[in-house]
Amino acid sequence: MNDAQDTMLYLNGVSVAFDGFKAINNLSIIVRPAEMLAIIGPNGAGKTTMMDIITGKTRPDAGEVYFDGRTDLTRLDEAAIANLGIGRKFQKPTVFESQTVWNNIELALKKPRGIFPTLFYTASKADIARIEEILETVRLAHRRDALAADLSHGQKQWLEIGMLLAQDPKLLLVDEPVAGMTDSETEETAKLLKSISVTRSVVVVEHDMSFVRELDTRVVCLAEGSVLAEGSLDQVSANPIVIERYLGR
Amino acid sequence: MTPARSFIGLVLSLLLLAGATPLRAQETTPANAITAPVASAATDPAALVAAMGEANLRELGAIVTELAATEDTAVVPALQALAAGTLYLDKATGAVVIVAGGNRLDPLTQAVIGPESAADLTRIRVNNSLRRDIAAALGAMTLMNDDPRTRMSAARAMMANVDDANLPLLDEAIAAETDTAVRALMQVARGVTLLRSADASLADKLAAVPVVAQSGERDAATVLTAARANAPAELDAAIASALAGLEQERAVWNALQNVWFGISLGSVLLLAAIGLAITFGVMGVINMAHGEMVMLGAYTTFLVQLFIRQNFPGLLDYSLLIALPAAFLVTAAIGVGIERGIIRWLYGRPLETLLATWGLSLILQQAVRTTFGPTNQMVIAPTWMSGSFQFYGLSITYGRFWIVIFAMIVFALLLLVLNRTALGLQMRAVTQNRRMASAMGIRTPFVDAMTFGLGSGIAGLAGVALTQIDNISPNLGQNYIIDSFMVVVFGGVGNLWGTLVGAMTLGIANKFLEPYAGAVLGKILILVLIILFIQRRPRGLFALKGRAVEQ
Amino acid sequence: MLTQALFRALDRKAIWLVAIFVGLAIAVPALNLLVPPGQFGHVPTYMVSLFGKYLSYAILALALDLVWGYCGILSLGHGAFFALGGYAMGMYLMRQIGTRGVYGHPTLPDFMVFLNWRELPWYWWGFDNFWFAALMVMAVPGLLAFVFGWFAFRSRVTGVYLSIITQAMTFALLLAFFRNDMGFGGNNGLTDFKDILGVPVQAQTTRVALFAATALFLALSVLICSMIVNSKLGKVMVAVRDAESRTRFIGYRVEYVKLFAFTVSAIMAGIAGALYVPQVGIINPGEFEPGNSIEVVIWTAVGGRGTIIGPIIGAILVNMGKSYFTAALPEYWLFALGALFVFVTLFMPKGIVGLVGQARAMLQKRENRQAPPDQPAAPARSAAAEAGIDAQPKPAE
Repeated sequence: MNDAQDTMLYLNGVSVAFDGFKAINNLSIIVRPAEMLAIIGPNGAGKTTMMDIITGKTRPDAGEVYFDGRTDLTRLDEAAIANLGIGRKFQKPTVFESQTVWNNIELALKKPRGIFPTLFYTASKADIARIEEILETVRLAHRRDALAADLSHGQKQWLEIGMLLAQDPKLLLVDEPVAGMTDSETEETAKLLKSISVTRSVVVVEHDMSFVRELDTRVVCLAEGSVLAEGSLDQVSANPIVIERYLGR
Repeated sequence: MTPARSFIGLVLSLLLLAGATPLRAQETTPANAITAPVASAATDPAALVAAMGEANLRELGAIVTELAATEDTAVVPALQALAAGTLYLDKATGAVVIVAGGNRLDPLTQAVIGPESAADLTRIRVNNSLRRDIAAALGAMTLMNDDPRTRMSAARAMMANVDDANLPLLDEAIAAETDTAVRALMQVARGVTLLRSADASLADKLAAVPVVAQSGERDAATVLTAARANAPAELDAAIASALAGLEQERAVWNALQNVWFGISLGSVLLLAAIGLAITFGVMGVINMAHGEMVMLGAYTTFLVQLFIRQNFPGLLDYSLLIALPAAFLVTAAIGVGIERGIIRWLYGRPLETLLATWGLSLILQQAVRTTFGPTNQMVIAPTWMSGSFQFYGLSITYGRFWIVIFAMIVFALLLLVLNRTALGLQMRAVTQNRRMASAMGIRTPFVDAMTFGLGSGIAGLAGVALTQIDNISPNLGQNYIIDSFMVVVFGGVGNLWGTLVGAMTLGIANKFLEPYAGAVLGKILILVLIILFIQRRPRGLFALKGRAVEQ
Repeated sequence: MLTQALFRALDRKAIWLVAIFVGLAIAVPALNLLVPPGQFGHVPTYMVSLFGKYLSYAILALALDLVWGYCGILSLGHGAFFALGGYAMGMYLMRQIGTRGVYGHPTLPDFMVFLNWRELPWYWWGFDNFWFAALMVMAVPGLLAFVFGWFAFRSRVTGVYLSIITQAMTFALLLAFFRNDMGFGGNNGLTDFKDILGVPVQAQTTRVALFAATALFLALSVLICSMIVNSKLGKVMVAVRDAESRTRFIGYRVEYVKLFAFTVSAIMAGIAGALYVPQVGIINPGEFEPGNSIEVVIWTAVGGRGTIIGPIIGAILVNMGKSYFTAALPEYWLFALGALFVFVTLFMPKGIVGLVGQARAMLQKRENRQAPPDQPAAPARSAAAEAGIDAQPKPAE
């Protein structure tokens, strides 16, 4: 518990198995406040399952998961964890397809989530300004009235990042943010994430090595549910085990 | 007990042994008369019986002994009549006759000779000592008979008509008996006699209690309860504990009977649900018309039987067996048609599938109603499915028995198809990863159609079985659809074993609740329990785990 | 706050609908009572009751649409809520019979006298009071929906599983209400009503008033549904329908959203049932038939789910069709209904309203043929579909 102090996310000895298959095996990771961590690793390394555990979708069989140094995440459900200030972007972009871009952001905006506050909610001027600001940031201001379903793949990724911003989380979990993006979009995304990480903690899972290089941050390589190597991208990619198991020769 | 009464008891018991009621035994020709020619030539029973007419008491004693020595059961009625005082000498003809029911009967064949006319008849007199001799002779002839079945029924008859006089016979027979089953029964008869006896010692009675209690006879409890009257404290306590044991045993048998009823109901549920488990579990398709597939299977059976009755009446007993492939093919073909025509357009939209197949079920029901009329149709049970048999304490009807066997066979075959055939392999591949299976060259549309056809065909098979326990009406399927869904959901989707366990659990639970809550309330309780169960385990008893489930 | 919400509810379409039903509530009684029979424009009383029945079905369909069309919960048990509301009203009407029953018992309804019951069971107490009965009309279905939903939604029973257990619920109720011991008239249900609020149920003015009440309540239902749907909560409901777990990861308590919609919807269905019973004069366990609940779904689907007007159109049209068929071609009604199910799911997933929308879109397209559409570029590279989240419709294969 003491180890968890001054961390934003603290995973210690976490394991989970599905029908005997160990998806996560004694995984320990620490993310400090206002720090960005990039996670790489082969398919099936347990990246998505790790996110599922942090966000309360999957309960670990063993191990500790603490948020902000004090909150035990294993006892909470998805909604409670989200309301603590953990935002998640999925690997496959998931936005509310039948609603407009504007409504997508409005739904995500940090506001009371109860039934009656939501029923009687009316957007204040500040709320509208904030939504407009976010739409500018993610370059969707011109498509604010379009249905989310009509966006391109890259635009959906941006919309989802916008929704993350609207949630105003302390910790962002971003799963393959640049899948389906053009090179220039990828570059912009890297910039955006870096600017976010000035004030918040960000965990990025990505396969795209050039993107990870652009992020220029601490890298953890996962394989078979546990940490294979840790350090800067250069250190990690020079690690012989990583080369053998993930990057290939 | 007076000797007279005891003798009547013996007579009755022996008549029961002959397998007929007393009156009929004397009016018709019973089986034992047929054995008369077997009699040895040296001591002719007919001559011996005829000699009784003029014999004095001592001579009578000798004749009885000789008759006994013939070991011919044909003489039994004559001996019984002698002891009962219904054996007369007809003075007009000098013949010995039995008088019964206002007629004179031949003592050996029981054939009616003529009406009773009191004037010409003289009763052949017997005394107590002779009666004892007769009893001993009869006992020797039956309890000591060569045929163990005769010995068994003699013992059983003595149990039904208790008499102290039987005790020495039983003791003798037990000592001589070599067949353990027969000896056990004789011991029970002895125990019953002792318990009923006014003269038996307390020690004998105490010893008899466990013998009777453990006999497994249905009347054991009655005998023991009767013996409690005026019993000394020690005996009373022994009987009380024996009765408690019996009560417990009976509860166990009742429970077992309920389990059997439950298994039988569970088999019906299994048959109805297992096709659904394929379409719902393997394909994720909600087929609300599944019940109608069952109904069509039943109507196919009806048509097959109609056809056989009109064209090949000799095969009538096998019409159900012939209906099995017919029903399977008919419903499977309809199933493939449904899949190709409707369901394939709705994959990934389970709620829409539910609605479309419900609409289909309405159409099928109305089509059958228009064709066959709204009234119930009959399928005659083959002879090998009617009647029942006893299995220890359980009474099992053949109809239910064969349905349970049939359900198990269908289940086993289905497992075989899924686990051991190319189609099964492809089905499982498509279930697990449709896109991958497709990429590997599996024709997924074909597999879908075949899977749906298989599920529907099994529903048709269920329909064949249901003809034996339910009315064949257009609504037949509706009665099973909700139960079937409950079974599949309860057992866990995508797991055939789950369906088996689910069906059996629901069947047995239903039968156990019925006596306490009544059939309807029991069913309501089951529904409520399942609804609560689904809350605790949304994916059923045998849920698949892991990330793939979420997709 | 509330006024703002109400104001938002009154978007153009909803205003029109409310106006139409309020107008009907005034016009139809006027045409029945003021225009003499035989004269042009007179609406016969039987017709008033018939349409009153259709309107109560429309309320039921609207209630179902709130949970199915907007929140993605396909309830196959809404007929049960409707019937429970109807039974609550029927119990009030039974108590109003007083000594005019066949047996003339002052408190016990005929069927209880027939079953040799000595006194009124406790759950019949208070039903001689209209306002208590009116409360129960809402409370019983609402409470059942709340408790049922509390367990079901919390344990995340979704999709077809939920549909199946709602169906099991209504089936269990069907069996229960068939039992004489339950004290709801068993097989025969509740009937032979005499008075409602002191006036004879069969009187022309009463029947016209019942129609007006139904039309007004339909208008109110439109208003309430419109308010919910147009609020942020309505957007959350749609979000739950389209991507349940995504909604959860943003921090909404999906189970509460569903529970709210389900309970409100059940109360609406209960009121619809209460308005239905005095107009048809009977309520029996047949109303709990699972088939009835599924029929409500098809009304909603025919009209167009996920819209306010769709289920109303669907309920009225399908039931007019049913009235016609069962009178003219009774043999073919089930064929027609069955075919409707299949046809609508296959070819009209958005219902009549959707067809109108499609037609409008087609016209617009023809007009805008010259203008290049604002189509997004094709995705540069597609993500490996390793692990998506739920509720994304899988492509048909």
